[in-house]
Amino acid sequence: MAETAETLLTVENITLRFGGVKALTDVSFDIRKGEIRAIIGPNGAGKSSMLNCINGFYHPQEGRITYKGQTRKQMRPYEAASQGIARTFQNIALFRGMSVLDNVMTGRVLKMNSSLFEQAFFFGRARSEEIAHRAKAEEVIDFLEINAIRKTPVGRLPYGLQKRVELARALAAEPDLLLLDEPMAGMNVEEKEDMSRFILNVNAEFGTTIALIEHDMGVVMDLSDRVVVLNYGEKLADGTPDEVRSDQAVIDAYLGASH
Amino acid sequence: MPLPDLDRHDTFPKLLRHNAGARGNRPAMREKNLGIWQTFTWSEQAAEVRALACGFANLGLKRGDHISVIGENRPRLYWSIAAAQALGAIPVPVYQDSVANEMQFILEHASVKIVIAENQEQVDKVLSIKDRLPELHTIVYCDPRGLRDYTEAFLHHYDGVLAKGRDYDKVHDKFFDEQVDAGKGSDHAIMCYTSGTTGQPKGVVLTHRNCIKIGAMAIEFDKLSEKDDVLAYLPMAWVGDNLLSYGQSHIAGFCMACPESSETLLIDLRELGPTYFFAPPRIFETMLTSVMIRMEDAGRFKKWLFHTFLDHAKKVGERILDGKSVGLVDRIKYALGEICIYGPLKNMLGLSRMRIGYTAGEAIGPEIFVFFRALGINLKQAYGQTEASVFVTLQPDGEVRPDTVGKAAPGVELKVVEGGEVMYRSEGVFLEYYKNPDATASTKTPDGWVHTGDAGFIDDSGHLHIIDRAKDVGKLASGDLFAPKYLENKLKFFPNIREAVAVGDGRDFAAVMINIDADAMGNWAERRNIAYASYQELSALPAVYELMASHLAEMNAGLAKEPQMAASQIRRFLVLPKMLEADDGEMTRTQKVRRSAVATKYAPLIEGLYNGATSVYMEVEVTFEDGRRDIVKGNVPIWDVDAASGAMARAAE
Repeated sequence: MAETAETLLTVENITLRFGGVKALTDVSFDIRKGEIRAIIGPNGAGKSSMLNCINGFYHPQEGRITYKGQTRKQMRPYEAASQGIARTFQNIALFRGMSVLDNVMTGRVLKMNSSLFEQAFFFGRARSEEIAHRAKAEEVIDFLEINAIRKTPVGRLPYGLQKRVELARALAAEPDLLLLDEPMAGMNVEEKEDMSRFILNVNAEFGTTIALIEHDMGVVMDLSDRVVVLNYGEKLADGTPDEVRSDQAVIDAYLGASH
Repeated sequence: MPLPDLDRHDTFPKLLRHNAGARGNRPAMREKNLGIWQTFTWSEQAAEVRALACGFANLGLKRGDHISVIGENRPRLYWSIAAAQALGAIPVPVYQDSVANEMQFILEHASVKIVIAENQEQVDKVLSIKDRLPELHTIVYCDPRGLRDYTEAFLHHYDGVLAKGRDYDKVHDKFFDEQVDAGKGSDHAIMCYTSGTTGQPKGVVLTHRNCIKIGAMAIEFDKLSEKDDVLAYLPMAWVGDNLLSYGQSHIAGFCMACPESSETLLIDLRELGPTYFFAPPRIFETMLTSVMIRMEDAGRFKKWLFHTFLDHAKKVGERILDGKSVGLVDRIKYALGEICIYGPLKNMLGLSRMRIGYTAGEAIGPEIFVFFRALGINLKQAYGQTEASVFVTLQPDGEVRPDTVGKAAPGVELKVVEGGEVMYRSEGVFLEYYKNPDATASTKTPDGWVHTGDAGFIDDSGHLHIIDRAKDVGKLASGDLFAPKYLENKLKFFPNIREAVAVGDGRDFAAVMINIDADAMGNWAERRNIAYASYQELSALPAVYELMASHLAEMNAGLAKEPQMAASQIRRFLVLPKMLEADDGEMTRTQKVRRSAVATKYAPLIEGLYNGATSVYMEVEVTFEDGRRDIVKGNVPIWDVDAASGAMARAAE
């Protein structure tokens, strides 16, 4: 699948600096349509920075990002979202006081066209839109099997479920590219298995392209079609899980080299 | 509206046709789909069943064939049952949580031709045993998720079967009605496999006449009508669900609703507010426990209000419910309580509209029973069996007591024979055990009396009391009666005890192995700042043992007052390191303890109970939901309980 598909996103020679600190140095890779692409690396390797560049949260000083054939230097998160990039966060970023359903509905906001006035008084387009978007949100809820907590405030849910709700919100936006920042951090084995199953199902059923950051090597190797390895802001390796696993540079970075 | 002429409409397909004509626009079925309740009317339901039946015929289903439905309560599975019955085929519902080889036994024994599976999980299970089932020619699935890459030619989507059925119906437009007309009341309507506390499950064959007679009897007994609502959430493979939800809705014309999933049950219950509700004691227990746990977190004023009115309800609520005389002041206070506490509480639990509730299957704790009745909910007890098409005894309004299972239902004859075993005869008595004439002969006498296998007695007011399974009633070494279930039920009435297994047959004294309730005890431990990492660790804590010992002392004090039971006071006990699970073969799928399996598996512990040990090392295998296995090992402490004074003493000291 991944071999024949066209390229969805290309990252070329990205360099990102925060003052004197170089977070990313000359990183290039691509993401093909329909694949699951993992970004791995030790702590501080620049993985989250890379995702933040892709969805326009950080603006790299050098380099280019080409998404859906359009090359750009800078983009705002809002623009990225409206062009079909959705993401989840390493530290869950949900509205804790709102119900699961409402949180998932926020994923639909960019698809709503009715005016503030219409929404405030719930007439005209607002009503029919609400119905259509609720249906989509419910589809996602059903897909991720969170029906039982639909009306529960997110703040009351255990961590593993909150992660799933965050995925649901991202999915509700019907993204072309889904960025997952450590979707399984802090989960137990069973929760990880559930999450892996959902990620695979999302990829298979909706054809969503997925880029994910993950620490658990077992999960990465099982899930992803291709893996890019970062270390101290530089690209160390790029290839299929098997290629990456047997790469000496990767082994050194992960297991520690004898200096 | 009176019941239809049941001699003319003597099968469920005929009743469906009658309902489509008589109340075509009334709701027949509800299902929550994508968060919104969808309603199907009787005429829609009839059209769906017609198309589906034609679809099944198109797949080669013949009169007398068996089909199997496997899954949670879904309208499509009920329609599959109806469609099979319309063709004169016999539906065999299978427990959705059975593992593949349990399923294999039933599918093989019943020579099932078509399986209707809810989803990928069930399809996978059936596929894994398909090689061993030569008669199975088709699998139909309802939910296509995850099944897109399955290429087996014998695998069909429900919608496809339906579409082909509609085409078939257009060509053979007389076919369906001819098939329905050909059905007779004496035809096999359904086959339910009893979960089998011992040995292999037996297929109980019930006729349309069995189900309709008993269903109609219970409808008249409780004055049910087309205006009632039920929630069909108990396993479809259990005869009770088939009769009470599917059967009675066809006879009385009321609406049955299917919950969204088993996890959303309590939410769905609240949204629907059924008027007729059937639940094992466990459900009511869960409700009560959750209310009590949440009240613990309430403010002081709310707590005071709650307990004040609850105490008042316990004093007068049941009398008001039974229509007995109650003073004006008490009535006013009760009415005030209804506004402040009872009403909102019932609303919260989804019981506001409940007119009649039944609990059966196990004994219910008197406190639980009285709690719900005091709130003004007409909760009653019943006793029944698969072999009886459910009902044997029912509690009439106004004669409801926590310690009996009621009087013989109208049309049911009841007697207690030598050895204390209860027997009955009624129009609901099953035809036979499928392909098992020996078992049929040993259970059903030639003149139609059925051995229940339960020991009990009928009291002066005509109420039946059940003590235990007849074969489980034993004797202590002293010759005194030992009824383990009786002891276990008393223990299970303590909210923090989930399960108990009493031993003592042929021994010097009675002892017990306890399963603590993880939620209730976890909460209890949290409140006392007691740290624990696992169920196993929690169950071995001395504080937990102390609490259990105090429960046992309380129970022994009660037993000492009953002449028949005084000798069965519990002298020693232990807390099991793992929950008893159906997956480990320790319980049946209906959550009853498999006594012999437990006795074998935990033999070292039972040995310890009687050889004076203070702690026994034990290794037990556990099976996780996904089929993986692991070993739980560790020391299980054993404590003594002093029967005479009720005080507890640690064995080691």
